[in-house]
Amino acid sequence: MIHELFTRLGFLFRRRPANDLDEELRTHMEQSIESKIASGMSPEEARRQAGIEFGSMEAAREQSAGAHPRSWFGTLQQDLRFGLRSLKRDRGFAIVSILILALGIGANVAVFSLVNTILLRPLPFKDPQQVVWLEPAEKAGGLSGSTYSSDAYDDLVAMNRSYSGVTGYFAFSSPNNMKLTGNGIPQPITGIGVVPNFLDVLGIKPELGRNFLPGEGKMNAPAVALLSHAFWKTHYQGDPNIVGKAISVDEKPLTIVGVLPQSFDFGATFSPGTRVDVLSPFSLDMGRNWGNIITLVARLKPGVTTQQASTEAAVLFPQFYNNKKYPHSKGDYGPAVATAIKEHVAGQIRRSLYMLWGAVAMILLIVCVNLSNLLLGRAATRSKEFSLRFALGASRSRLIRQLLTESALLSFFGALLGIGLAAIIVQWLAHQGSVALPLLSELRIDTTSLMWTVLLAFGATLLFGVMPSLRVTGGDLQSQLKDSGPGTSEGRSHDRLRNTLVVSEIALACVLIISAGLLLRSFLHVMDVDLGYQPSQAAAIALDVPNLKDEPRYAFYRNVLSEVSNIPGIQSVGLSDNLPLARNRTWGAPRIKGVDYKPHELQPTFIYIATPGYVKTMGMHLRGRDFAWTDNASSENVAIINEKAARFLFPNGDAIDHKVMQNDKEIRIVGVVSDIHETDVEASSAWQLYLPLTQGWGEDGAELVVRSTLPADTLGPTIMQTLRKLNPGQPAMQLRPLQEFVDHSTSPRRFFAILVAAFAGTGLILACLGIYGVISYSVTRKTQEIGIRMALGASRDVVLRDIIGRTLQLAAIGIIVGSIASFIVAQSISAMLYGTQPTDTTTFIATLVLLLAVALIAGYLPARRASQIDPMAALRTQ
Amino acid sequence: MPPSTDLLQGTLDVLILKTLAHGEMHGWGIASRIQQVSDDVLQVGQGSLYPALHRLEYKGWIESSWGASDNNRKAKFYALTPVGRKQLRSEIDQWNRLSSAISLVLAAPKEDFA
Repeated sequence: MIHELFTRLGFLFRRRPANDLDEELRTHMEQSIESKIASGMSPEEARRQAGIEFGSMEAAREQSAGAHPRSWFGTLQQDLRFGLRSLKRDRGFAIVSILILALGIGANVAVFSLVNTILLRPLPFKDPQQVVWLEPAEKAGGLSGSTYSSDAYDDLVAMNRSYSGVTGYFAFSSPNNMKLTGNGIPQPITGIGVVPNFLDVLGIKPELGRNFLPGEGKMNAPAVALLSHAFWKTHYQGDPNIVGKAISVDEKPLTIVGVLPQSFDFGATFSPGTRVDVLSPFSLDMGRNWGNIITLVARLKPGVTTQQASTEAAVLFPQFYNNKKYPHSKGDYGPAVATAIKEHVAGQIRRSLYMLWGAVAMILLIVCVNLSNLLLGRAATRSKEFSLRFALGASRSRLIRQLLTESALLSFFGALLGIGLAAIIVQWLAHQGSVALPLLSELRIDTTSLMWTVLLAFGATLLFGVMPSLRVTGGDLQSQLKDSGPGTSEGRSHDRLRNTLVVSEIALACVLIISAGLLLRSFLHVMDVDLGYQPSQAAAIALDVPNLKDEPRYAFYRNVLSEVSNIPGIQSVGLSDNLPLARNRTWGAPRIKGVDYKPHELQPTFIYIATPGYVKTMGMHLRGRDFAWTDNASSENVAIINEKAARFLFPNGDAIDHKVMQNDKEIRIVGVVSDIHETDVEASSAWQLYLPLTQGWGEDGAELVVRSTLPADTLGPTIMQTLRKLNPGQPAMQLRPLQEFVDHSTSPRRFFAILVAAFAGTGLILACLGIYGVISYSVTRKTQEIGIRMALGASRDVVLRDIIGRTLQLAAIGIIVGSIASFIVAQSISAMLYGTQPTDTTTFIATLVLLLAVALIAGYLPARRASQIDPMAALRTQ
Repeated sequence: MPPSTDLLQGTLDVLILKTLAHGEMHGWGIASRIQQVSDDVLQVGQGSLYPALHRLEYKGWIESSWGASDNNRKAKFYALTPVGRKQLRSEIDQWNRLSSAISLVLAAPKEDFA
């Protein structure tokens, strides 16, 4: 078998003189004649007999050539040449088909690249399926509720049997938490502290230099860092000698020990939508009394499953200490679960991605249906050509082959253009840095995507090419030759097929539009959510906090606030250590002294340590009084609490003026504010507690918030100038509108809604083209029929109404089928909807009206053309 | 003219291989040899001989070279390759099995079909 194949292949590339066979046949002939003469025939008779015996020289030659392995390619070559010629002749058809295909294939390849990057491609770790994420089985309380203390980390390392390595990172680093100093205005950069074995456990080899050493996590160890590949390229121009150099960060030297590989972007994997510039070793000892700070990541021992690890974690974690200094802190943690890291990173958006995938698959289906229709129309006008070729001896399979080759040519050019289109889309998507989708920056068209394109092009060819080619070559080709002339109208079955195609196109578009409508309405609902504060006309900037003792530091803040509030155009200012929809932290809940609460009755409480003016600047609704600068270390401890916590703690009356216990201190509630969405626009609020910055609670950073009608871009430089005047250490931070935080939080939903809407729009246009094509084609074919009817007395209105009626009939059937399918599809995406029922009447009715209107327009143009037919001319010309 | 027998394509292939087993030969030689050996029963039409020869060549069972014929004319000679020789053996086996099976059926007494 193999041998034979190679021999055959060998002949493909061997040149063979064309006259070879002729000469061989001539020799044969001559020998035959000679032998006949030798046996006694006359030369003429011998020649005649030999000729009779030999038969047709031409047939022998053709059959011999047919046996040659190259003949198959010869036919292909012929088909290709012919196909190209016929497409060139029908340029309009070719261009439209290729553009439509490019649209369908391009969208599919782009979405596939997205799916491939986020869901299919393994993370850039060694044996990534062994890396797991550890978090509480029941999550509550934002970041603090899903992280662990240094002591818990040590307990896990000592007690586990499932992992070959346990690591983690400091979860509370905010963006731009470090500043690059020593070179003009300090530049903000983002650094993440990781447990020193982080890269070793993940199995990431640095591109330059080395990983962190265990000793580098000790307190007071020399400061070292690894640079991200992007930061190294942009800030240090990819300096190959960077390792060992010291840079100045926060006025202190920091030695660079290595550069991370390009394939590993910390932000893309662990905190989508944010940029991480450097990694540095985190000291567990330093953070030992900071509570829950570490996000845990571990590598399973070979043979241990995620399930087994979870079973272990369920019993192990409740035995850990939050802090060994406090024996009662044993058992602070509930059971934990281990999730494969890929599942953790991409699991939540899997459904959305599949939905997107489904949407583009529908686009491709619509494209194929459209092309089928175009090909059918074109083939009908070519039916005479095929009949003629059939009559001249072409076999049916030969004609089908010819038609399929033409379809494949269209697919080929469509795929080529489609890849170009996909490359543009992918390039654009990869630079949507603010979209909080994991691994988005890693998006690119790789070999897998290219292979997918080939598969798609091939599948599309079969989908749209096979049916028309069977159709055209089927039936009685000879009768077509006889009577496909002007005297007859198009066959009914032909019409029915094309109508079915248009109906399915409308149905598919209907499903797409309804899905997109539901998602868009959900998105609008999310935009409408009352966040509990007013993000519009407010902006925030992170302050550099000078290293001062409490009182001088409070004085510094007060000074900053009063200077900034003097800037023209600023209505109010305030300061808090955390902002909603940005970083967050929770503490144990406030409680009323002497009341015994059941376990889990009190919720983890989000803490905001703020100055006077913050609540007002954020635009929150406040009952009672705001903090004052007179609330200080020597006065009574006060707090502002949110409605939800107030309702629980004081179910029978107002919380104001009552006292609660927080961190073993008694504090008086002076105000109650609206609930804010602290971590997620779509999730409901938890308990929130505001504490005055000036009463020594230990603020964790400082975010200055301003409210002004001026845009952040104009205000930014002025504020920056003021801040740098008051504190030369202030790095060049950006004044970010609060809306930006909201947009970041809703970006995945916006991303999917916009993409699906774009696909629905494409589907609508394609369906519109399909309707127009079919109606316009049938009008052309029926010109004579219409002419006769008009000659017999049908008015223009009747003709117009007739054709529009037929269009609407098709549209109606499509809409009915599509609506039924939409009910099913809508149920399957109901988890992605927000504040919108899958059976949302508005969306369904709007889609119905939209599709009918589009069908009306698409049908009106050809109908008008039909009604303007001059009956005399129509009858004469045909 | 002696009656000509339609040759099944596969059968023609075996006949050619068998004929070539005695040594290399040109096209006309093969045709007349088959005719002669079969007592003029099997006449190979040129229209099927040459496609068959080329097909066998593409399969790698025979190979060809140009040489001079007995009467010093330029002719293309065909010869068996080792693969072809092996193929011939298995084809003969198969033929024998088939023909003995057919003879068994044809020779069976009438009552077997009753």
